This record gives sequence, C-alpha cells and structure tokens, in this order.
Amino acid sequence: MKFQLEYKSYHDRAIIVEWPSKIDKYILRDIILFKAKIISDNDSNRQELRSAYNSLLIIYKESVHFKAEKEALIAIYSRVSTETSLNSRLWKIPVCYEEHFALDLQYISNAKELSIEAIIKKHSEVVYTVYFIGFLPGFLYLGGLDEDLEIPRKSTPRLKIEKGAVAIGGNQTGVYPIESPGGWNVIGNSPIQFFNAKNNPPCFAKTGDQIQFVPVKVNTYNKIKSQVENNTYIIESEMIYD
Amino acid sequence: MIKVLQSGFYSTIQDIGRFGYQDYGVPYSGVMDKQAATIANTLLGNHENNAVLEITMTGPKLKFECDTLICLSGASMNPQINKNYIPNNKIFNVKKDDVLSFGKLDSGFRCYLAVLGGFNVEMVMNSRSMYQNITQQSSIKKGDQLAIKNSTFNYKMHHSNLRVNTSYIDNLTLEVYRGPEFKYLSVSNQKKILSSRFTISKYNNRMAYQLEEVLANNLDSIITAPVLPGTIQLTPSGKLIILMKDCQTTGGYPRVLQLSESAIHSLAQKITGDKLQFKCL
Repeated sequence: MKFQLEYKSYHDRAIIVEWPSKIDKYILRDIILFKAKIISDNDSNRQELRSAYNSLLIIYKESVHFKAEKEALIAIYSRVSTETSLNSRLWKIPVCYEEHFALDLQYISNAKELSIEAIIKKHSEVVYTVYFIGFLPGFLYLGGLDEDLEIPRKSTPRLKIEKGAVAIGGNQTGVYPIESPGGWNVIGNSPIQFFNAKNNPPCFAKTGDQIQFVPVKVNTYNKIKSQVENNTYIIESEMIYD
Repeated sequence: MIKVLQSGFYSTIQDIGRFGYQDYGVPYSGVMDKQAATIANTLLGNHENNAVLEITMTGPKLKFECDTLICLSGASMNPQINKNYIPNNKIFNVKKDDVLSFGKLDSGFRCYLAVLGGFNVEMVMNSRSMYQNITQQSSIKKGDQLAIKNSTFNYKMHHSNLRVNTSYIDNLTLEVYRGPEFKYLSVSNQKKILSSRFTISKYNNRMAYQLEEVLANNLDSIITAPVLPGTIQLTPSGKLIILMKDCQTTGGYPRVLQLSESAIHSLAQKITGDKLQFKCL
C-alpha cells in the first residue's frame, strides 16, 4: 500500500516527511522501506534519518534546496516496492509482575474490574511492535496494547520511576530504561538492560522489531538480574520472516 | 590536568555533540553556544570538535597542574588568572599552579574555556559531551582532575589576531523558520508569535527554555514525532518551550517554529527575565 505523503521543510538543513496521522503497522512498514531506499540512494549530503510513528526526519550536512530535494525524495519513494520482505526479530522480555514491583496493578484491577491474573495474562499474551525509540535513551514506543488495559496517565507524575519499570500510559505500554520521573501506571519490572552506552548499537531492539513480555517469579527475576549485571544473560529471541 | 578547586554554579565538558544515536533516544548534547566554543577553539588552533568547558552563570575555580594555553569566549564573567583580570577571546599562556577564577557575570550566560588540544575526558559514543546516564559524570565537581594535554610545543600563532564579533550575545531578535505545525496555528496566533516580545522564564536549562507569555492555544497534541534543538513547541496550556541541546529526541507538542543555528547561539546566552522576539527567515 502506498500513502499520500507530505513533505515539509523543517529548517535549512532538515526536511520532514509525514504519513497520515495515526499509529499503524502498514505506515511503520512503509517508513522502514522508504528509509532503507533513501540510505541505498547514497547521497552524502543526507547525514541522518530519524523516524517516529508517522514521520521521517532527514537531516543534511549542507543546506538543501527544498523543492529540488523534495522531487528527489518523491522519485525515491516511487521506487519503494511494497512487496519487499521485511524480517524482524522477536524479543522475549522477562517481567516480574509481583506486588513489590507492581505499584499500580491493584489500582488498575479495581478501575478496570479485571483480576490481577487477567491483567498479567492480557499484558503478556500480546506481541508488541517497536515503532521507534525516543523520550529516554532506550525507551521503546510499543504498539499493540490490549484495549482492556488502556488507562490514563496519572494526573500527578511520580518524581521517580525505577529503572526497568514496566508501565501503561493511555493506549501505550513500555519499559523505563533508566530511572526517570514519569506519569505511567507501573505494573511490573524487567531485569533486562534496554540501553547500554558501552554497546554498539546501545539498544538490542530496533524499529520494526517485536517484543513479548514473559511473566517470571521474583527468584527468576533476581537470577536474571545478576546475569545481566555480569554480562552473561542472553535475551531469548527469534527471527520473524515476513 | 586541571584540578577543580570550586565547581561554581554548573559547568560541563562539551564538544559539538553526540551524533548518530538519536534513533536510540540519545540526545545530541554538545555546546549550547557553538559560536563561542568555536571562537575559543579556533584562536588556539584547536579542532572545532575539541572538548571545552561550558561554564554557566557563575564560574568555577580551577588550578592548572601543567603549562598550557587557554582561551575564553562567550559570556563575560570577569575571568582572572591569579587574581589578574584577563580578557575573553585572547590566548593566554598559563603556568603550572596558576589559578583561574571568575567574578561577576557582566553579559551573556555561558562562557567557554578552551585549552590547547582540548579536554581529554571520557569519550562515550563518539563524544565527550557530559550527559546523565550516558557519561559517568554529568557535571564537574570540586576535587575533579580534568585531563588535558601537557604541551605548548606545537602551537603556532596563526589566528591570534582574529577579529571576533560578539554582538550575537546581546542579540534580542532570533531568526526562525516556520515549524511543521505552524500552518495549523490560527492567523492571529501566527501574527502574535512573530510580532510579540517574549520573556525568558526561570525554567531554562540545557534541555529547554520556557517563555513566560501564554498564547490562547487552539492546537491539539500531535502523534509523537522527531524534534530538534531549536524546535519551539506550543503546549496545551499555551506556553512556548524552546528545546535546546540536551532535549529529548521526540515530542508530542506541536512544533510551531524552528530557530536557525545562529539563533540557538544567541539564545544560549540569554538569562531569566531577558526579552526576545522572533523574525521569520
């Protein structure tokens, strides 16, 4: 499927390309394919490509002539084949949903009239898609949360949410990669490191990958956490062929 | 080495930034006023990307543990070597045991200290710019030993007579481009934003500058999208937030304007209560 794209000048060295304003797997796929085509076009003035839900930002070394570059990008987009297969990786992320970590699980259970077991099941059964990484280093924007678990952000954000906290905010869920203030409802904690400045790349997951949460007991959580600290833990993952 | 005797208000080591990691959510960081840092580095014959000390509002007290050459640029903070005043934008030969200190802030907000060969602190993801959770240290502290090169040997005075224009520091008019969501503003807000005088609020730091004045806002939030240093966001409550070098990589507020690169340099020298206005390029 091809989309009606909008090209806008962002500043003299940046252009933003916009897809329809919604969160959609086909848009994500189209962005990934377009991005790959732009990279393979090999224009050395195109320095950096960054994407989010429905936009692709292109940053240039030297200032660009907007109209000419827009035409060049349109020509590249016309060569994107929607038939291209796009493989990704599914990552199995252990999460401990036990009371000690699940600060807001009881609150969600009451508000949604769902048992805690049902919430954990709904949260860990789904396969989530990584749309992009933003907000904090290593914070994955995930799509696919079960509608039954949607719950508004807290009206007053917590000043400190722990590293590894698994949380729900509106129709999104995610893991805090580092300690941070935040307004999402915390339902568990993952021992996995989502960002490591010493690794290249610093994140194991990338845009287009998939994530599944696997409930673990606190003793397993502790065991994995010490393996992660010793750099001996390997995250379970598998290739997903398109 | 340079020993930190007193840390001052807030000083960090910065180069021009950490590029190529924004798709992992890593901010660019880097010097807020690149013009000042470049002047100081250039006068010394350094590379533009050599790391400098970015000094905010109140300067530190530093003791040199080797001979070197230094240059200061940006804000005027009455710098002194062993209590003798030295000017900005001039090379100064310091000796082992010399002490650099600062006085009252006279103009601007951020002063840059460049040393010959640059500060040689930890490099993380191709940059020495300090940032919490990326580098081990997020600002300099009393007692720190900052690594520098110990040599004045290769220095040639190529640029020592460079004429330096510092008028941008007091510039009140910031050049902007229309941002991706500018066209969705009401016509009256479009006019207002490009003709009003705004005031810098006390909420200003390396991440963002918030402005005091409120616009009657009719714009909804957007689906989370990329943002850049210099992007001006309009919040649902009508406040304008100008993102700076340590900003997040993505945001959900409408991006109404974008500062030019030189406007970012000027803004980096602004302090709480300063006035400014925008001029469309």
